[in-house]
Amino acid sequence: MSAEDIPKDYSESPINLEYFYTAGSATTRFLNQVKEGNIVGQGCPKCKAVYVPPRGSCPRCGVATDIEVPLTDKGCIESFTVVHIPIPGNPIVPPYVCAMIRLDGANISFLHLIQDVDIENIRIGMRIQAVWKPKEEWTHSLENIKWFAPIDEPDVDVATLRFHES
Amino acid sequence: MIQAGVIGVGQTKYDAKRRDVSMAGLVREAIDNAMLAANLEWDAIDAVILGKAPDMFEGVIMPELYLADAIGAVGKPVLRVHTAGSVGGSTAVIAASHVCSGQFKTVLTVTFEKQSESNATWALSPRYPYSPHINAGAGGYFAPFIREYIRRYDAPEHIGWKVAAKDRQNALKNPLAHLHIPGIDEKMVSDTPMLWEPLRYLESCPSSDGACAMVITAQDQVGSRNVAWIKGMAVRSEGTLSAGRDEVNPQAGIDCAKDIYNQAGIHNPFNEIDCAEIYVPFSWYEPMWLENLGFCDLGEGWKLTDKDVTAIDGELPFNMSGGVLSSNPIGASGMIRFGEAALQVMGLAKDHQVEDAKVAMGHAYGGAAQFFAMWIVSSSLD
Repeated sequence: MSAEDIPKDYSESPINLEYFYTAGSATTRFLNQVKEGNIVGQGCPKCKAVYVPPRGSCPRCGVATDIEVPLTDKGCIESFTVVHIPIPGNPIVPPYVCAMIRLDGANISFLHLIQDVDIENIRIGMRIQAVWKPKEEWTHSLENIKWFAPIDEPDVDVATLRFHES
Repeated sequence: MIQAGVIGVGQTKYDAKRRDVSMAGLVREAIDNAMLAANLEWDAIDAVILGKAPDMFEGVIMPELYLADAIGAVGKPVLRVHTAGSVGGSTAVIAASHVCSGQFKTVLTVTFEKQSESNATWALSPRYPYSPHINAGAGGYFAPFIREYIRRYDAPEHIGWKVAAKDRQNALKNPLAHLHIPGIDEKMVSDTPMLWEPLRYLESCPSSDGACAMVITAQDQVGSRNVAWIKGMAVRSEGTLSAGRDEVNPQAGIDCAKDIYNQAGIHNPFNEIDCAEIYVPFSWYEPMWLENLGFCDLGEGWKLTDKDVTAIDGELPFNMSGGVLSSNPIGASGMIRFGEAALQVMGLAKDHQVEDAKVAMGHAYGGAAQFFAMWIVSSSLD
């Protein structure tokens, strides 16, 4: 039986989804600052944990994180992976480094890229700082940061990053 | 509380593309096998409880409605469960809870995924609003946690290869497993390309089509049937983005395990559990869960793996069926763990049977490792 003779037993029907996303007040406060090149986390009034990016409430305490906490754009690599395979729909060309970024003073990490360094030299605990796009390209997005790059400071012991209620 | 037991486990053949069946045909294949094993008529089923991973994985939204005929749910109560990758486990727990509560005498529960009808890595890697587009599938998410485990406990890299080879060797004894790789060994695993460092291709689970179903009934309905008695079951979750969370050793997993051990009267899980089907989609999760589930102290898990303790003829066999590393129809993967644990204590696991298995554990986790579901099954009611 040639390939043409095999009956087609499935069909492809691509779908397209567009959606509107309402940021909400906490994310709006955060993104308005990101637009200006500032990173402002939000603190829990009860346990004092600092969240960046903030989601508006503390999952530990279930209360609104209504304390604004200005942070720097420096931190460390809590952990990371090197992605070697292309991801469907993702424009970034592998290999690339996807890292859990822990900013100084924050109690959770977020994912971002690491560049300007040989991949084999990247370490857990390495000190890093944001590399920003030119100011005229800034929008309401963490994409204003192109990636994070290593800085010449001693590594951090990541065991010390663990949040404990004081 | 009413005692409940599993009287029938049904599975499909797992494969990359089950194009011989529709989604409905796939779930029905598992259900027919479970009903046959339970030796029950349809009238005996009081309710149907279905679970699967995100609907984006196939693009069919609320499939339990379209599947009502295929799952025998017309005119009966039907409930859908959804807890990401742990859903197969939590669906089993919720089905059994409906029997233990007295709400229903007998429940049919089924879980499935037909990964070939879409692309789960795509569905798991959307561009989130206001963020760089760097999500890289489940492997990309879990790899940093694994790297931190390796750093924390100075584990050698061959541990991951070892788990990957061991589970695929077990799969060769399970005709239903998706991956049958003749001659699979550590060297073959270590020769495969890196996907998400430190995870190589063969250290990662496949994408599978498949379904798993179980019939769970109350003690007074059992009759003379072969039963896997449910001695303890629980689900737990924790905040993904919560300060103080330890992704390497999640508190929700620790708490869930303690709960089921207490219910089952287990004081020393290593000594008292004969074998376990544990959710290991990426090789390193075996040592990580050995520790999280209290089978050993922190940092000791990789040493147990290294000493072949978790081999099918070891002291604590893990994933005799080949595990998630050998068959991964995501929504069903948790229920396969629960069902395979039941088959072990019923003595029905055929070529991958652990000799004289009396007490077995089923485990599932999902999402960002923040959802957990577990149960203990036993060959005896006492």
